Amino acid sequence: MKINWYKYASPANFYPVAGKLVPLFGIPAVLLFILGLYVGFFVAPTDFQQGDAYRIIFIHVPAAWMGMMLYVLMAAYAGIGWAFNARLASMMATALSTTGAMFTFLSLATGSLWGKPTWGTWWVWDARMTSTLILLFLYIGFISLQAAIDDPRRADRAGAILALVGVINVPIIYFSVQWWNTLHQGATIRLLNKPTMAPPMLAAMFIMLGACWLYSVAVVLMRLRCIIIEREYEAGRPVLTSARRAQLSRMESV
Amino acid sequence: MNWSRFFSMGGYAFYVWGSYVIALIVMGGEVVALRQRRKTAAARTDNISPAKQSERL
Repeated sequence: MKINWYKYASPANFYPVAGKLVPLFGIPAVLLFILGLYVGFFVAPTDFQQGDAYRIIFIHVPAAWMGMMLYVLMAAYAGIGWAFNARLASMMATALSTTGAMFTFLSLATGSLWGKPTWGTWWVWDARMTSTLILLFLYIGFISLQAAIDDPRRADRAGAILALVGVINVPIIYFSVQWWNTLHQGATIRLLNKPTMAPPMLAAMFIMLGACWLYSVAVVLMRLRCIIIEREYEAGRPVLTSARRAQLSRMESV
Repeated sequence: MNWSRFFSMGGYAFYVWGSYVIALIVMGGEVVALRQRRKTAAARTDNISPAKQSERL
């Protein structure tokens, strides 16, 4: 089977494809969330230092990772869209931004709820938390900058510059616990060292991370579909939705 | 399985369940909002005369 990939670089042609992909990622995401929470709450043992408060980790760490990874992905798509004048890639960057912001907010909120019982404070201006807050502001900046510019292609270019410059913040977040003396604990999982966590805890965290990835793909494709119909409508070349196509074929057969 | 012990989370119930409730609200809210957004956008597009749309095919 030969697939003409260029055909799907057109937003109108990608619209129905994205619609078919959403449940393929959404349904496994729900199943993995259930499995991850089961392992996290019923299999993983209570931590000897933190008691059950540590169970926040199963949402906190995946959310924090997603916030960083989606930012890099967003900047990459924005850059591709800018360099190659690829509209679909720019739309993808816009679609990624809100979900990235959501996960970054979630990592800050759950971190705050974890900090209160274990550190005795909701918030401190330490390196890890401050750089993560800057990540949230970069997302918000990207979203508001694009919303403030009427011409979508100009908005894409402006957003791309902001997104690409902001990438510098991601390694700062990642290495902040090594570079600065902070309240936040260091990395538990390193590439070359053995993880310092019990296997079921680690398993639950990675299952939840997988679930968050699948969720992100499904939700970003849903948002991409919205952006495609909205933008093509405003550009005077409305997308033919599948519901409309079905309606038209019924009308013809009568 | 002792359920009241499970729900009390060793005294950390507010923090642990609070985290997961926030996660459920923001993630579930995102899905609901996107469904609504697409319905609105599709309704606007579908109202255009079929001739104009099929030109694009």
